[in-house]
Amino acid sequence: MQEVTIGIAGAAGDGLDKSGDTLARSCGRLGLHVYAYNSYQSIIRGGHIWLRVRIGENKVYSHGDKLNVLVALNQDSIERHAGEVEEGGVVIFNSDKIKCDPALVRPGVKILALPMAKVTEDVVKEHGPLQAIMQNTVAVGAVCFLSNIGLEEPTSVLTDTFAHKGQKVIDLNVGLLKAGYEFAKANCQTLTKEWQFSHKKRPFVTGNEAIALGAYAAGCKFYSAYPMTPASTILHWMASHAAKTGICVKQCEDELSVINMAIGAGIAGARSMCATAGGGFALMTEAVGMAGIMEVPVVVVEVQRGGPSTGLPTKTEQADLFQVYGASQGEFPRLIVAPKSIADAYETTVDVFNLADKYQLPVLLMSDLLLSEHPETVDPEVFNSDVKIDRGEVVTEWKEDQGKFKRFKFTESGISPRALPGTANCNYVSATDDHDEESILISDMYTSPGTRRMIMEKRNRKIENLLKELPAPALEGPKDADLTLVCWGSTWGVVKEAVELLNAQGIKTNMLNIKYIAPFHAKEVSEILGKAKKKISVEVNYTSQMARHIKAETGISMDAHINRYDGEPMEPAFVAEHVKRILAGKALSLECTEEEAKDIGYHYLRTHALEKLRPSKLTKESGNGFGEQVWNIEFTERATGKTGARMLVGVSTGSTHSFEKLASE
Amino acid sequence: MATVIELPVEIFKGPVDPDWCPGCGDFGVLKGVQQAAAKCGIKPENLLVVSGIGCSSNLPGFIHAYGIHSLHGRAVPVATGAHLANTDLKVVITGGDGDGYGIGVGHLLHAMRRNLDVTYVVMDNQIYGLTTGQTSPTTTLGHKTKSTPQGNLESPLNPLALALTAGATYIARGFSGEQKHLADIIAGAIEHKGFSLVDVFSPCVTYNKINTYPFFKERVYKLEDEGWDPTDFHKSMEKAFEWGDKIPLGVIYKADMPTYEDGELAFKKGPLVKQSLKADKKMFDSFIEEMI
Repeated sequence: MQEVTIGIAGAAGDGLDKSGDTLARSCGRLGLHVYAYNSYQSIIRGGHIWLRVRIGENKVYSHGDKLNVLVALNQDSIERHAGEVEEGGVVIFNSDKIKCDPALVRPGVKILALPMAKVTEDVVKEHGPLQAIMQNTVAVGAVCFLSNIGLEEPTSVLTDTFAHKGQKVIDLNVGLLKAGYEFAKANCQTLTKEWQFSHKKRPFVTGNEAIALGAYAAGCKFYSAYPMTPASTILHWMASHAAKTGICVKQCEDELSVINMAIGAGIAGARSMCATAGGGFALMTEAVGMAGIMEVPVVVVEVQRGGPSTGLPTKTEQADLFQVYGASQGEFPRLIVAPKSIADAYETTVDVFNLADKYQLPVLLMSDLLLSEHPETVDPEVFNSDVKIDRGEVVTEWKEDQGKFKRFKFTESGISPRALPGTANCNYVSATDDHDEESILISDMYTSPGTRRMIMEKRNRKIENLLKELPAPALEGPKDADLTLVCWGSTWGVVKEAVELLNAQGIKTNMLNIKYIAPFHAKEVSEILGKAKKKISVEVNYTSQMARHIKAETGISMDAHINRYDGEPMEPAFVAEHVKRILAGKALSLECTEEEAKDIGYHYLRTHALEKLRPSKLTKESGNGFGEQVWNIEFTERATGKTGARMLVGVSTGSTHSFEKLASE
Repeated sequence: MATVIELPVEIFKGPVDPDWCPGCGDFGVLKGVQQAAAKCGIKPENLLVVSGIGCSSNLPGFIHAYGIHSLHGRAVPVATGAHLANTDLKVVITGGDGDGYGIGVGHLLHAMRRNLDVTYVVMDNQIYGLTTGQTSPTTTLGHKTKSTPQGNLESPLNPLALALTAGATYIARGFSGEQKHLADIIAGAIEHKGFSLVDVFSPCVTYNKINTYPFFKERVYKLEDEGWDPTDFHKSMEKAFEWGDKIPLGVIYKADMPTYEDGELAFKKGPLVKQSLKADKKMFDSFIEEMI
């Protein structure tokens, strides 16, 4: 399959996400497939932002392992990423401001120095001086040539983007796009052959947008939230579309209020949803149990980010499984589900509103920063708004001669028909204290062990039928594989591509993705994993929580684990390399790598305001008095190229042992 | 506005009798809520009584209406959600001073500044009763309780002044020893469009031996007997701080202000629970089109 990956790097506020958007939408309109991932920091201006846009003729399931074009918007970005560009690739930058040392790039990589003032001379003559951010459009133009997608669709995307600003702004931007395109055409060759454009237009959607759309399609009427990355964009979508959707969108004073409002709305009969990240969910946990004992339908979206505590606010992780699984005291039925992709996030959101209503329970929908925030092109058929809406057993009329309405009637199925407040003759109390069929408390004066057992069993019976309704997990890939990779959530896409990679390399591999966490298909998973020859869990966390969960549910242990917890998502080659290491019987090296040592060097420069320096040469040394091998990091002055400082970082501990300035600044 | 048809108070008699201590002030408040609902002509199916946790928060179980007996401190957000979902319901929040002014005070402030059209009746006994007598946010300075054996070191919170600054638009104080007066105040609160806070002296006969019925009976007087004008914010604020030999009861402040509901677009087509769940296909498709 033909594919190309573009990286755009700069600082927060450089507007590089907009550039990526123009490129991705153009590809989406042409019928190409796009997967983008933006690695960013919790900062509004400055820092380092690294956006990768992977374009393929067929569906791409991750941001991949390759880099073909680097668009560097500042010097820092050149130094960090120029070396990642593969042979035959191109490094683009504004040569009026930035330099690229040829020693930084691999052989066969073209350094495309773009003299911005000269290239945009004609445009400036016509439209006046440019804002810095507009220069990005020139770079996008160059990328359009290199990635061989032409000018027609990018022009139409820009025309749509700036339609509200008038023709003059459109002309200016299109002029810049063309200038970049022509400059690249005059100096380079395209990186790809002719694409087979299907011209099937696909929307470029994030996971959070898919969840919000799913909620709208499912008839969600009430959405509450407190801002928290990476869940905030659901709130933004909900709020910006509320005038059209008619959804009551409420930003609350805290997450306690968020979930309690959503549950209140659920009791009153509105389909309701709320979303948060791990920290906000920690505040919500008490109320999850309230929804459990009151048997209230409510959908809670938990978007994981790097923890613990505030952790890594803008980085991805899958380490909240135990938090969500263990949320709230006591035992009560709830559905915990983790969609694997953006399309799945849409469909799952629609489904869980029905399941929440039918089984009258809280649904905890787990996402993660990668799934929620990365955009990709999705087949438009996925977003079908004509969905089934099943509100479960709701009593709308109850005559006095029917006797007392029993809100929590002990039934075979465990489901008790509910009446919504406002229905005559059905009055009851939704209570957090345990209660009898008629919702009379059994907690205070007359605790009844018999009633308690009956209502516990009634509530928990619901889960047996719910499990039967949920599709069981199944193997993907060759049935008779020698190796089974086990994953969950957004890691599905990466593992799917790793499986292809491994099979292509002769390692017969398949995969098992777990979507439903509670209730759990213990029988089916036992059967599958019981037959698997070798099992490796792949999770973006430190303690392999899904592997532990599977063991708790089935008694089956994994043979090995692949983990990543540095804040970045996995890539297919990362998974494949670790698989090969494990198969070769090699232990995992926890040594600080050269790349990591360099990154630690950059971190030191940033935090000590030494931006004039950059790490240039790293050598591993022994016998230095620090009790371990060290990385000797040499820093050179950006302006002069002279050696400016030296830093020693432990290979085993990663500790910064020393930093020594060698020349005057 | 439709004519109010008063209902017999008996129809609000709950399925079980209250299990409060004999003599508890909350009996009078329960009766006050029932009388107010009857006076306002709210049918039991349209009345939603929401509470948190505490002795007084058991109230929803003792009244014939829909009820939510929620978590400690969370009555206000739960009530807010239920109210926003179905604005046809009359929502009365009931609870204690610990629930409302302690663990739940954050929510209370924000509900007041939203001027939601709900009523909050706080049974203020200046003590934690259900947990057997610890200090509460309204316990008097120096009061010796189980958790403050040397005397309470923290100044009591002033609920009326708090409500004034936060933006509540109906602020009143009642006394369960003045039952009929209390019922009138609660009825006024239910009828008021906007957030109503009714702080009620509801003595704990078991754990608070200071703020007793006789303590209040000697001190309270009714504002309306003095021809009080509740529309002047600054005078109301001054009145909110009147404490000592004379303690005012009655509606201390009342204002006609836009409510949260007035501005919420989602209610244009009626209460949320009565709207169609089907997404508008054309609109939905236009959202997808935005992303192409």
